[in-house]
Amino acid sequence: MALRKALTPLLHWFRTRFGHVPVGAWLLGAAVAAFLERLLGPDLAYLLGLGSVPAIFGLSIILKTPSLIPSVLVFVVLMYVIPTLVVAWLSRALFLWWEEQLSVPVYVFLHVLFLFLVLYFWSQVDPYRLLVLRLLGINILLTLSLNLVNGWMGEFSVSVAGFMSVGAYVSSVFMVWGFVHDDVFGPPVFPEFLAPFAFPLALILAGAVTAVTALLVAVPSFRTRGDYLAIITLAYVFIVKSTVENLDFIGGPRGFMNQPEVASFTVVFIWTVLGIWVMWNYVTSILGKATNAVRDNESAAEMMTVDTRKVKIVAFLTHAFWSGVAGGLYAHVLGYINPSSFDLRKSAEILGMLYLGGLNSVSGSIVGPVLFMFLTEILRPFQLAKWLVIPVILIYAMIRRPRGLMGFQELRIPFLTRRQQAKEEARAYGVTGN
Amino acid sequence: MEQLAQQLFNALQWGSFYALIALGYSMVYSILMLFNFAHGDVFMVATYIGYFVATALLGLAVLQVLPFSNIVIFVLTLILTMFLASFVGIAVELVAYRPLRDAPRASAAITGLMVGIFMETAVLALLGASRKDFPLLIPPITFKIGPVHVTNLKILTLVMAFALMLLLHLFISRTKVGMAMRAMSFDYAVVPLLGIPMNTIIAFTFALGSALAGAAGIFFGMAYPVLDPYMGVLIGWKAFVAAILGGRGSIFGAVVGGFLLGFIEILVAATLPSTMRDLIAYSIVLLILTFRPYGLFGEEYSVRLRL
Repeated sequence: MALRKALTPLLHWFRTRFGHVPVGAWLLGAAVAAFLERLLGPDLAYLLGLGSVPAIFGLSIILKTPSLIPSVLVFVVLMYVIPTLVVAWLSRALFLWWEEQLSVPVYVFLHVLFLFLVLYFWSQVDPYRLLVLRLLGINILLTLSLNLVNGWMGEFSVSVAGFMSVGAYVSSVFMVWGFVHDDVFGPPVFPEFLAPFAFPLALILAGAVTAVTALLVAVPSFRTRGDYLAIITLAYVFIVKSTVENLDFIGGPRGFMNQPEVASFTVVFIWTVLGIWVMWNYVTSILGKATNAVRDNESAAEMMTVDTRKVKIVAFLTHAFWSGVAGGLYAHVLGYINPSSFDLRKSAEILGMLYLGGLNSVSGSIVGPVLFMFLTEILRPFQLAKWLVIPVILIYAMIRRPRGLMGFQELRIPFLTRRQQAKEEARAYGVTGN
Repeated sequence: MEQLAQQLFNALQWGSFYALIALGYSMVYSILMLFNFAHGDVFMVATYIGYFVATALLGLAVLQVLPFSNIVIFVLTLILTMFLASFVGIAVELVAYRPLRDAPRASAAITGLMVGIFMETAVLALLGASRKDFPLLIPPITFKIGPVHVTNLKILTLVMAFALMLLLHLFISRTKVGMAMRAMSFDYAVVPLLGIPMNTIIAFTFALGSALAGAAGIFFGMAYPVLDPYMGVLIGWKAFVAAILGGRGSIFGAVVGGFLLGFIEILVAATLPSTMRDLIAYSIVLLILTFRPYGLFGEEYSVRLRL
């Protein structure tokens, strides 16, 4: 309470000063801050006695050695807060002008570009950040694709790990066969400089193969509703794991490595944004509405001429496709996979992210993985005890918000909603045009 | 043929493990319509409890504080472990399921999973990664029935498992609490209106299931005396599949499903390379479920799911 009282004037000052700064200006500010950190961060960290640049805003440093709190605070304020505030404040007019002038797709693209710059500069400082951000993108893809089945369709699928496994192995085999000198697959079939260009092809192949294997599960399992899918997908995870362990040419239980380094941050970012865009279009389309209708009342949906069987299978196959793509990315980010990295624990982790973020929500599927990974990464110094803290936090979150943080609602992005409002007002007053 | 008869006893032994654990899944499902995903880890914790109880009792016996024979110690261990394991089950219910009674079912599934992960990590953190050896409660004696060798442990496991199942059946069909449990599985919403304390009955169901898992833990520890914190994941999920195979929420089905899974696994392992065991076993399960989506003895429910 006392803290809230102390913070109130600060919040008030912040709101009056920065309340009207558009999202884009914040992103630009963050990008400038990240760029500055890349230039000056190591020197400043050395001056403050931090050794190296604090990986995740110094939160894990604070937890490990509390005596460094002042230096970390100074670093964060100097490196992140001040540049972001100043640049955002200065560039607000530019963005307000752009908001008037540019069309929505261009303006959205601009935001994505600035977000990319923020994350790109931020990840250049530290290979650990680079790894975490790429895994985050993959987890967002997985959570989003799972949300389609568990949220929009209202079934309970646990097969994410199995789909990932299929996608990871298919794309790895394709890339290693094509572009790497390997003991099992022999010399590369194609010239090696083509590898980055063939990688999207490998991912699409991975997704397609995953979807085909998912079809084997989907066809029998949609005759009934309820927990049946959960059981079938559970068996699927076991069967995939066991199959991979028995295939000796891809290493069996020893695992499979030698994947070419083609999954850079840029590649993962592009695939993540593409996945979010596709999924957003899917769930806002008629197909997405039909999927919701099937969840709420299948018989009623059928009466309203929804082809329920088709809707369910398409949603499930989309889930499989994107999980397979994410699995392919995962394999190439880590450069090593083995069958036991795709067990039920992996599925449970993704389910945790999904239900933390909330069902039936695209923004929830982004918030969930971000929060979950943020927690797991800042708690890394605790090692084993991490897995005592995370379940407790998740259980508490589920008890306080049983529908997840963003369940059944979307985050409102100010500039988009403002546009929408203006359009509706114009329609209400009978004004035509854009 | 002799080989087959020999494997038959192995299958019966594993079937008893699966059946005892699967009963816990099925009983909870029949009332709450959700799977207790922490049940495998309850089994694991119960096995560790059994390990401590058995070690303590054996120590006391060696020190001549309690001059018990091995059989008495075994019975005492079994009873004490089942008693303590039931509290683990009640604790899981209190933490993971009671606060989420009205929440979407899937949220309760997540809290269950998380409680399971918590228990695994807690055991790992408290006891370290070194494996514990379950003490020898009853010295093994090998009998020869015709051409087949059978240890007294296997016979004991089988007999005790059936005795416990019979007790459970009597409890559910003859006692008042058992009647309340049956009533709640028949209609979850109306029964509390008739003055039956819903939460008590649910907690009791969890306690019963966990006690059976505790018994399974003792038998498992005696047969395979190496404990590690992830054994619950492995055996728990298989018992879960057995419960499904028998039919969700069906007590009789859970027993049949457990033994069926035991037979499938052992026979596959006996005839094919052992690495193929999971692959073939789950493919068979998948095949059975394709033709009988509600399991062998499950009923097709028309109740609207509380998702």
